[in-house]
Amino acid sequence: MIDFFQLLVSGIATGSIYALAAIGFTLLWQTSQTINFAQGEFVMVPAFFALAGMSALGLPFGIAAVFSIACALAVLGFAFKHIIVDPLIGQKGTLPLVISTIAFALLLKDGVKEFYSAEGQRFPTILPDTLYSVLGVKISMAQIGVLLVAVSTIALLQWFLGGTRTGRQMQATAQNPTVARVLGVDVERMVLYTFLINAGLAAIASLLISPIYLAKFTNGEVLGLTAFVAAIVGGFNQVKGAIVGGLIVGVLDNLAAAYISSRYRLAVPLALLVIVILFRPQGLLGRKEERAV
Amino acid sequence: MKHRFAIATLALALALAFLAPMYLGRYGNNIMSLWLVTAVAAMGVNLIMGYAGQETLAQAGFMGVGAYTTALMIKGGKLALALPFVTAPLTLEWQPFSLLSALVASAVFTFFLGLLIGFPALRVQKHYLAFVTLAFSVFMWLIFRNEEWLTGGVFGIQDITRPSILGVEMSPSRRFPHRYTYFILIVTVLLAAAMWWLVKSPWGRAFTALRENTVRAESLGVDTRQYTLLAFAIGSAYGGLAGSLFAPLVEFIDPNPFTLEKSLLFLLMIVVGGMGYLSGPFIGAGVSVLLPLWIETFQSSVVNAGYKWASHASYIIIYALIVLLMIAFMPRGIAGAIDGWLTPKRRPHSDSKGATLASAQAAIDARKGDQS
Repeated sequence: MIDFFQLLVSGIATGSIYALAAIGFTLLWQTSQTINFAQGEFVMVPAFFALAGMSALGLPFGIAAVFSIACALAVLGFAFKHIIVDPLIGQKGTLPLVISTIAFALLLKDGVKEFYSAEGQRFPTILPDTLYSVLGVKISMAQIGVLLVAVSTIALLQWFLGGTRTGRQMQATAQNPTVARVLGVDVERMVLYTFLINAGLAAIASLLISPIYLAKFTNGEVLGLTAFVAAIVGGFNQVKGAIVGGLIVGVLDNLAAAYISSRYRLAVPLALLVIVILFRPQGLLGRKEERAV
Repeated sequence: MKHRFAIATLALALALAFLAPMYLGRYGNNIMSLWLVTAVAAMGVNLIMGYAGQETLAQAGFMGVGAYTTALMIKGGKLALALPFVTAPLTLEWQPFSLLSALVASAVFTFFLGLLIGFPALRVQKHYLAFVTLAFSVFMWLIFRNEEWLTGGVFGIQDITRPSILGVEMSPSRRFPHRYTYFILIVTVLLAAAMWWLVKSPWGRAFTALRENTVRAESLGVDTRQYTLLAFAIGSAYGGLAGSLFAPLVEFIDPNPFTLEKSLLFLLMIVVGGMGYLSGPFIGAGVSVLLPLWIETFQSSVVNAGYKWASHASYIIIYALIVLLMIAFMPRGIAGAIDGWLTPKRRPHSDSKGATLASAQAAIDARKGDQS
């Protein structure tokens, strides 16, 4: 039983990181119809910005983390939108956009492999790895740090989306860009904000997950898949769904690795995906898609 | 004029293809066979994406299923499967099957697998097939790597022979060293003809209707889901057939050629070759088989000339950049560009830059109209 709670705690910690990636993915899909197949790579790359900052520029970890988020905003937010997504917006259908995000994913993945390293890199944690025992369940400071950062990021985002004028304008844009534009919302700017928020969330997720999995160029495959599954399981059309989906996938993932088979831990989120698509295609918290896409 | 040009090109290409193996030597024959096998799998992706408008991220996975099925069947052997709740393991023993029956079995197996995973995905909305195939791709890779009793795990299956086909020996002999290339060539030509027939048939025309305007097609009585599902299953079966041809070609299979990344490359191949064109898969497969070889050749000379960073410009990086540029500036691929040069002034000029896939497809239809 103690083991179970132990796994539950670490599952919630990793799940909250998956949730960050899934939220960004959902926001982007909602606001700009961009299905970002490079989302996994978006979570893989910022860790390498931080590593490059530390090794090449000699920055301490804290500043390197800020540097990494700044780079992510510039490259995965701003440049991604303007160089890769914008030129394709006029084209009919979403297929060209899907293909270019896939090409971008391959570019990022092989870019890291060729220009940084093909080996997994150790990555520092925000809080030290000391263990505490609460009722027999061992919790590390690092896990608490992960939870603190993830939860406060999500809370901040929720406040921003619901409590500020800009946030509400973003929601309006996501729900109906045409009407939002008529009502005087600067839709273009809101879409840009979404890209920046997605990049920021991905960067934070990257800094949190890399100490757990090691920073490696292949991480994107698993992280991307997890983010997609979390988003679909929770319900594609809202942020809350992505949070729930992320937590479920994180917990199941940890339990499966311990109780079923570590070789097939990836298969569990996949099975979850198929079950949800079969029995509740709109996701656990989702409503049926109201908008014709 | 264009029609005649197409027939002349096709005849010339076929003649060249049938003469080539005699002059290419061993290495050249391997490259050519690899190109044809890749093109078969790419034809399947083309049907799914270019005609049915869906994304598949699992073509390499289906190819793997075909390759392992074929390898296991033509090698013959024994499998012991330990079942839960049963004390005695289930043992299967079989004599080597012929390559033809393995081909058919691979196609049938991957076809039904396609139906099985396509059915739930296509019930929902458009992009769910992409996610489900992504999941399938990863799952198949886990099976190829982990189920050692079946697939040999990371060591793979070795010494796959090229069995005789209808009494004709396929392993290289001194007089006929390249028989297997010819076998692949014949199968590829047959499959290309079948694909041509498929997209020209009323059935294929329903696809065009579907892709142009789903709502209209539905209101005209086209069961969109059923058509899309069948297209996906048939496209996947082409992947299985490609795998089936691939296993005896390389004589050794392991999980590496069937990763998710390879599936993604199939997708990009179609974009480069020309989505929705029958020649697209062949052009795309040619580029993706030859590009690594060219890069290898040029890279060393560029690096030697003092550009050290060029050693990092891997095949995938260059390929991805090409695709990103093509999506923006040449969205109809190489086949589409050639088609554009051959049909001057048929389309308004505004198309040349922001040409949409829709106009590409309109062009195909126009071409179809010309031919029939």
